[in-house]
Amino acid sequence: MTQATSGNAVIEVENLVAGYGDRTVLNGITLSVDSGEIRVIMGGSGSGKTTLLRSLLGLKEIAAGSIHLLGKKFHYGYPKHMSEVRRQMGVAFQGGALFGSMTVGENIRLPLREHTRLDENTMRIMTRIKLELVNLAGFEDLMPSELSGGMIKRAALARAIILDPKLLFFDEPSAGLDPITSAELDELILRVRDATKTTIVVVTHELESALKIADRITVLGKGEVLMTGTVEEIRNSDDSRIQDMLNRRPREEDQDPEEYLRRLTTMQH
Amino acid sequence: MESQTHKEGSNTILTLSGEIDFHVSPKVREAVLAGLDEGQNLLVDLSGVSYIDSSGIASLVEGFQHAKGKSLSFALLGVRDGVMSVLKLTRLDKVFPMFDSVEAATAANK
Repeated sequence: MTQATSGNAVIEVENLVAGYGDRTVLNGITLSVDSGEIRVIMGGSGSGKTTLLRSLLGLKEIAAGSIHLLGKKFHYGYPKHMSEVRRQMGVAFQGGALFGSMTVGENIRLPLREHTRLDENTMRIMTRIKLELVNLAGFEDLMPSELSGGMIKRAALARAIILDPKLLFFDEPSAGLDPITSAELDELILRVRDATKTTIVVVTHELESALKIADRITVLGKGEVLMTGTVEEIRNSDDSRIQDMLNRRPREEDQDPEEYLRRLTTMQH
Repeated sequence: MESQTHKEGSNTILTLSGEIDFHVSPKVREAVLAGLDEGQNLLVDLSGVSYIDSSGIASLVEGFQHAKGKSLSFALLGVRDGVMSVLKLTRLDKVFPMFDSVEAATAANK
């Protein structure tokens, strides 16, 4: 089900095809995300959600189709153009991706140093404001190795929002977190969006988080969009693949006995 | 972003308008610190400011701190909804004195 754009779309993906070498992972993805929306992208392993995220972030080239971010076409491979777009985007990566040799504060300040000419005092206050927001006040002089998993995620979030980006991306924010910390992070995501009206895209497989924070969910399956809809619409979907996901049912393998035999016995030359 | 400073009785009033983001916040910072150099209480009129990012907020925080160091008062005037929500998110709505008018700000200082 495709969503008609409301004219308010800040992310527009059209017929996106992407993969690695000969292996096509995304087979023509079309979706759009509205300003201020929290969109959760879900899908099983191999559905292409990581490839989709990487394409949106300009971390990989696409084979066909187009990506428009904030109304402008996104061209991979043009450093100046990508840098300008990236200034309006924040990304919280799965493992945090903090530099181990820098303190928490220095990590958070990196985008400021890269994209602005702000005074040190200003940058320090901005860093502390973001640390307060993610409940890491007072931790700015610690090294990443001294932080717990939850704290690393929060520091990564602080860095992702330091430039008050219009687009914010999360890659598996709950990965490795206990349920309480995960719930706290969900709350934080909602708070940030409500106050700043930032558009947020969350790639996750954590169903509970998704249902709690999403305005709309896009479900990917085998490189295609199975459905984009509100939590209600997704719940009521009669697509068995979506119901399987909601009910945590394992996938059934299509078993073609001849194909199977061939795979087991073919000699490589 | 426009900025203009003038004196009104015992207050220095810095009027800002437009959008304050990290491109212009250094100017805001300068204007705030220069405004305090006048040696009077500083009122920052934000009634014309539609948007402020955290670099702009940080400049105001620094100004507030600087004012305290000089035993001067520092207040915001005419804070609009958009700016207020950023102040609330950063919990600075409880930190900055805020007023609707110069008169109200002056009365509070007495």
